[in-house]
Amino acid sequence: MGAEVGAEVLTPAFFGAWIEEAARSVRAERDELTRLDAAIGDADHGTNLDRGFTEAVRALGERCPATPGAVLVLVGSTLIRKVGGASGPLYGTAFREAGKALGDAPAVSAADLAAALTAGVAGVRRLGSAAEGDKTMVDALAPAAGALAEAVREGRGLDDALGAASAAAAAGAAATIPMPARKGRASYLGPRSVGHQDPGATSAALILRALHTVAARW
Amino acid sequence: MKKLINGADAVVTDALRGLAAAHPGLRVDAGNRIVVRAGGPRPGKVGLVSGGGSGHEPLHAGFVGYGMLDAACPGEIFTSPVPDQVVEASTAVHGGAGVLHVVKNYTGDVLNFRMAAELCAEEGVEVASVLVDDDVAVRDSLYTAGRRGTGATVFVEKIAGALAEAGAPLAEVARVAREVNDRSRSFGVALSACTTPAAGKPTFELSEAEVELGIGIHGEPGRTRDTMRDARELTGVAIDAIHEDMPLSGDVLVMVNGMGGTPLIELYVAYAEVAGHLADRGARAARSLVGNYVTSLDMQGFSVTVCRLTDELTRLWDAPVETPALRWGR
Repeated sequence: MGAEVGAEVLTPAFFGAWIEEAARSVRAERDELTRLDAAIGDADHGTNLDRGFTEAVRALGERCPATPGAVLVLVGSTLIRKVGGASGPLYGTAFREAGKALGDAPAVSAADLAAALTAGVAGVRRLGSAAEGDKTMVDALAPAAGALAEAVREGRGLDDALGAASAAAAAGAAATIPMPARKGRASYLGPRSVGHQDPGATSAALILRALHTVAARW
Repeated sequence: MKKLINGADAVVTDALRGLAAAHPGLRVDAGNRIVVRAGGPRPGKVGLVSGGGSGHEPLHAGFVGYGMLDAACPGEIFTSPVPDQVVEASTAVHGGAGVLHVVKNYTGDVLNFRMAAELCAEEGVEVASVLVDDDVAVRDSLYTAGRRGTGATVFVEKIAGALAEAGAPLAEVARVAREVNDRSRSFGVALSACTTPAAGKPTFELSEAEVELGIGIHGEPGRTRDTMRDARELTGVAIDAIHEDMPLSGDVLVMVNGMGGTPLIELYVAYAEVAGHLADRGARAARSLVGNYVTSLDMQGFSVTVCRLTDELTRLWDAPVETPALRWGR
């Protein structure tokens, strides 16, 4: 808590703890994610993500890489290999691109993390051809990346900055409720997708909340 | 909701074990979830690989065999397979003439098959892909993920499979596969929702007086909810939607497909009406298929798929096929 944004205090163990916390959150919210997906999709988002994060935690347990970048790349590859559906490649790409942006440093700063999150979101946008307002995970991820970058520019501490990112993601997920979906399976419903919170944006907010939870005790 | 299963997590693996036990002509890897024709890759023959979420049986694994698919990659229920499965299946059936991926147009399927195709290229396997998007209930626009791939998948796999069996090169097999998709349209109607084993309850609720029009195959609701009507009117809605998008005339191949929970006798009731509706519009049902081919677990309902035939497509449709779910002429 209170670490300088430029201080390189975020180690592979921090990122491992994040993924464990994310796996716990996804497990706890699994049925709620599936319920949201049943309304406008195909009722499997919770079970798929639960399977993927469980496998990611297992992969890190078998061989935790030596750099934060390699941790995120391994998490991303595992999600691509184990989740399936659209969320596997999309989350997998987000983590892989974020990991690649962190390079080979043995520990990274909040500023580095902000740049990595921005790179991850760019990867998702590219692969899914989704923009903000399409009612997808981008609606939670993009504001979170923006909020984290701004907090870093303002020189706020790690806990504070990731708190802002988590809050922006939650607000972004809630903002998907009145949107008609333009991407993914929910788009088949057209106007009938209005009034439901997007499950992908919801899980993205959960994963970023887990990042803040871990940062708050780091 | 009662289900004839051992456990929700084991459904896909257990069903693949059953498929293996029932069909010795298939090589089933239940662990890695790949179903391949026995006998290994055929030198000089284009390999046909498809895959998608489970819950649509017999699609796709039931169409692996002579004259149709060389391999299928079943994902979790309603979830696309992962790239590793598709790469393994593609390399297993690669006989030196390349591999055609038949991909239904869903975001997940498209992304996972695209990643798999890139990995296949790195391993020296030439891959062409055909996207099936025949469902007229979805408007293809900037505001949707594009039309869904549904019933036409069976036509694409059968007809392209026949051409591949005859020794045609990859570009030709891909061309005919795209032609079948371009000439095919589908529309589906649900009388009840389906229940996934993991969720244990229906994905949406329909009263006795309601139907969902324009449904997909994943238990997602359709475009509109409407009042329940008789088979003549419901099939008329489907044929009208298809005819509006692709004017029907001449000889057509038509499938009346059950969604999994509708008895065959009702599908024949529907087929009688469909044949009549087609005749009223100046088209002739020259070839037909009635049964459960692209299902949505236990959903009650049906879909109609129509393909405007050419002499070449008719000949390839009639060619021998021997798979668990389709077999004739051999």
